[in-house]
Order: sequence, then C-alpha cells, then structure tokens
Amino acid sequence: MSSTTFQPETRGVVRRSPALASRRKMVDLTVKWLCMAATLIGLFFLASIMLTLLWRGLVALDWTVLTEEFRPTRYGDDTAPKGGLVHAIIGSLIQTAIGTAIGTPIGLLVGTYLSEYARGSVLGNVLRFVSDVLLSAPSILIGLFIYQLVVLPMGGFSGIAGALALAIIVIPVVVRTTEDMLQLIPNTLREAVIGLGAPKWKMITLVCYKAAASGILTGILLAVARIAGETAPLLLTSFGNNVTSFDLTRAMASLPIAIYQQANSGFPDLIQIAWSGALLITLGVLAINIIARAVLRGRN
Amino acid sequence: MGSTTEQTAASAPGFGGMQARSAEALNAQARISVRNLDFYYGTNKALKGINLDLPDRQVTGMIGPSGCGKSTLLRVLNRMYSLYPGQRAEGEVLMDGRNMIDASVDLNELRAKVGMVFQKPTPFPMTIYDNIAFGIKLHEKLPKSEMDDRVEWALTRAAIWTEVKDRLQSSAMGLSGGQQQRLCIARSIAVRPEVMLFDEPTSALDPISTLKIEELIDELKRDFTICIVTHNMQQAARCADQVAFFYLGELVEVAPAAQLFTAPREKRTQEYITGRFG
Repeated sequence: MSSTTFQPETRGVVRRSPALASRRKMVDLTVKWLCMAATLIGLFFLASIMLTLLWRGLVALDWTVLTEEFRPTRYGDDTAPKGGLVHAIIGSLIQTAIGTAIGTPIGLLVGTYLSEYARGSVLGNVLRFVSDVLLSAPSILIGLFIYQLVVLPMGGFSGIAGALALAIIVIPVVVRTTEDMLQLIPNTLREAVIGLGAPKWKMITLVCYKAAASGILTGILLAVARIAGETAPLLLTSFGNNVTSFDLTRAMASLPIAIYQQANSGFPDLIQIAWSGALLITLGVLAINIIARAVLRGRN
Repeated sequence: MGSTTEQTAASAPGFGGMQARSAEALNAQARISVRNLDFYYGTNKALKGINLDLPDRQVTGMIGPSGCGKSTLLRVLNRMYSLYPGQRAEGEVLMDGRNMIDASVDLNELRAKVGMVFQKPTPFPMTIYDNIAFGIKLHEKLPKSEMDDRVEWALTRAAIWTEVKDRLQSSAMGLSGGQQQRLCIARSIAVRPEVMLFDEPTSALDPISTLKIEELIDELKRDFTICIVTHNMQQAARCADQVAFFYLGELVEVAPAAQLFTAPREKRTQEYITGRFG
C-alpha cells in the first residue's frame, strides 16, 4: 500500500499581457458576428421561401382544390369549371400509408437487432453502415431500383411500386431512430428485467419498446414526413395519374408528382393549383413534425 | 454471536482452496456456497479463488474499495454476467447441491430464485401495479384476485403499500427515488425468491430513504438470504450479520460483523476499516 502525498505545485508568477486579452476579445466578437450573419442569411432564404409559398398557395387554395380531380385547363375561360388535387391527395395518402406500413416493421426489427443483438459484432457494423448509406442515397436511385424490380416485370407503373419505393426510404430512417432510442435505455433497466428471470425477447418487447416508444414513434412520424414529399422515386414507379385511382396495379397520382407536372405545364391556372398543392404538403409535413415533437415532449 | 469464525487467509495467493471455517459459524446453514471461484472480464482476472458461504436467512455484507470485485461476485450469484460475452466464471457456486455457474443451468429459473436490487432504482415504464405483476407473470399464471393479493403482499413486505395503495394504476416513474427503490424490492420479492442480492441499494438515496431500506432489509432476512454490497461501512455494520472484505479481487477476510469491525484478523482489513486506504 503506497500512501499518497500531495506535491504542492511550484508555480511562478503568472504574467498576463493586456494585448493578448484585447486580441481575444476581438476574435470573440468577430466569431460572434460571423455566426449571427450566417444565421440571418439562412433565415432570410427560409423566410422568403415560406412567405412566397404562403402567399401564392393561399391565393389559390380553395374548396375545389380539395374536392375536384384534375381538369384540363381552358385558358382564358373564367366560366370553365376549375380542377383540383383530390386525386393526388388520395394517391399520396395511399402510397405513404402502404410505404410506412411495409417499411416500419422491417426498420423496427433491424434497429432492434442492431441495438440488442449485434452490439459490437461485425455483421452489426456492416448492417449499420449499409443502412446509413441507404439513408443518404439519392432517392432517384431507389426509384430506379424499384423500376427494375417491380415496374418492368409488372409491365407498367403502379401504385404498389410507388409504395415499395417509399418503404425503402422509410427503412433506414426507422432503423436509425429505433437503434438510437434503444441505445438510450440504461443497461441497468435491461438487467433489472433479466434479473427477474425474464427471457431476452420479453425484455425487448415488454420493457425496452415501452421505454423507447415515444422516440421510436417520433422517428416513424419523421419518416412519414420525409416520404410525403418524395418526388423522384415516384416518377419512376407510380408515375402519376389524372384521375382518382384506388387500383394499386395501375399508375397512381401523388401530390409531389402533380405539383411537378402542373408547375411545368405553363398554364397560369394549373401553376396556381400547383402552388396550393405545395402549400398543402408543407402544412402536412409541418403538422407531422409538430405532432412528433409533442409526442417526444409528452414522454416526460 | 457466540461462535467465532476461523477464516485463514483463504484467498491469499497459493492458498486458494484452504479454508478452515467452523461448521456452525453464524449458526446457520449455507444457502449458497462459493468455492474456488475465479472470474474474468476478458483476460482480466477480477476474482481470485473466492470461498464464501452465504448463511441461510442472514445478511452478508460485502465491503471493499471500488474495483475490488464485490459487485462482480454479486453478479456471479445470479449469473448476470452471462449477458455479456467475454465475461466468464470458473469454480463453483453451490445452491441446492447444484453448481449454478454450470452452462446447463436454466438462467430464468435461477434468477427467479435469486433476486436482485440495483444501485439506481429501475422502475419499468408502466403502472405501479404492472411493475409488480410483471415479474410474477413471468413465472406463474395467477387469476386476477390472486394476482391482486400477491401484489399487495409484495408491496406490504417492501413497506410501501400504504404509500401507493391509492395510486396503483399510476406510473411508477412518478414515485420518489426512495419509493422507486422500495418498489424495485417489492418487484423482486413478488417473484418469491430465496436469495436477495442488493448492489449498493442506497447509494443514490437520501438518509431517510436509506434508513427505510435498511429497516426493510432487517425485516426481510426472516424469509430471505440476503447479500448486500455497500461502500458504506456503517451500513454494513448496521445491516449485516457477517461481513466479507474484498481487496483487489481477493476475499481478504470474512467474519461476523461485530468481530470484523472491532477485531479484524487481517492487517489490510484493519487498514481499510480505519480509513487508511480505499
């Protein structure tokens, strides 16, 4: 047993130069102002986009947009019935719902595997890496993948192909949040469950999922928000449709595609409808984000 | 406590298996007997030739500086270490004539017999009632009325029933730290184990809650064999019938509490309890 004794540090007199202090103050101020300037530039563009969207979208948004299907424009004829986006809204809801329903359980199971079974294992690390790559993969690639895998063999664009492409986008988002949220659970909680004589699967399903529920749900909601605005993968899979379709084996409309097509049409009335569609998507995504935050906050 | 314990430096290097302990030490049969136990974290040997008896329905206190192996030994007794690859034990932990560190042991059954309470309270994110019922449901199928009775029994034994009986259906997360810890004790005894392991159960609690837990441990030893790891020597002196002092992975000395704290045989024990190191 060696006893510890404190060696008092021998210190010389510290000399502080006033020049150094004022230089530090200058650097401090400069960095602070640079940060604020950068924030303002970012906020300016964000506000500009949001205000334009609100202004243009609100002008065009009326009941017919929410209740009518697409109608060919009769440019200059004010008495002609106006079209709307209900076909695209319904198509988006269907494809987003199916995409989420397929992608969520897969993502949940993979995330659970990564967190609870594959900590530190080679397979786990490879999986996590692949999932992260998929998370940031350009979504047009996912569209092409489904085009090859589903659209070509089926002989045409289809709602189910669109839903599958969206499901593939959902998976890595849910994988990451599930793993992250499960990782936040302290190991002592796991040990407490195991210590009662519970098998591991009961520990995961009955306690860990419950403890991580709000976080995982938030992740799923954010995934929904993400796919609700996806355009590129749908272009190559469900393609779009001018009428309401519930047939998953046929081409199906969606809001992002409808916006893309009508904004490109060159007709002012169609472009107006596209603006209102953009506003609708933004409001929807905003609502989902607010719900997600509320859920996360409700945890405590 | 009339009988004396003859414990030579059983765990000193080279004397791993030699232990001369009078049979009627503490006047109780051993509920668990640890024999020549070695434990490894990977290649790091954390326990060296441990020999220790946990007398039936007595409290064994385990003391020693951080990293001495006392918590490790606790986690061997319910095989908690089996959760982690790379951790392994060699030797014998005898309970009912079986070696509990044998690979063939049903871990869920063992953990039903050997309950554990942790340093930090670990309430499950569910109602108070469901916290208690959770463990019971793992091992028994009880009709509702019997389940209610069992939950009440466990909460009463853990001295928390009067505080929670009107809010059984509210979340356990809303209880205070001391209440949560007693809830965790209730959850463990609801499974009706034979042995209870306490891993520094009061180090996260205030003095009043600590007192309640200590009184509870004293009460519980009528029915359970108890093993408590503590950093607090006063706590060991208050709660334990026999105390084991660990140092650097060795069991230096085990003796009735009064004897160990007043007349330790080993110099290292003497130095530790007088605050010379640790």
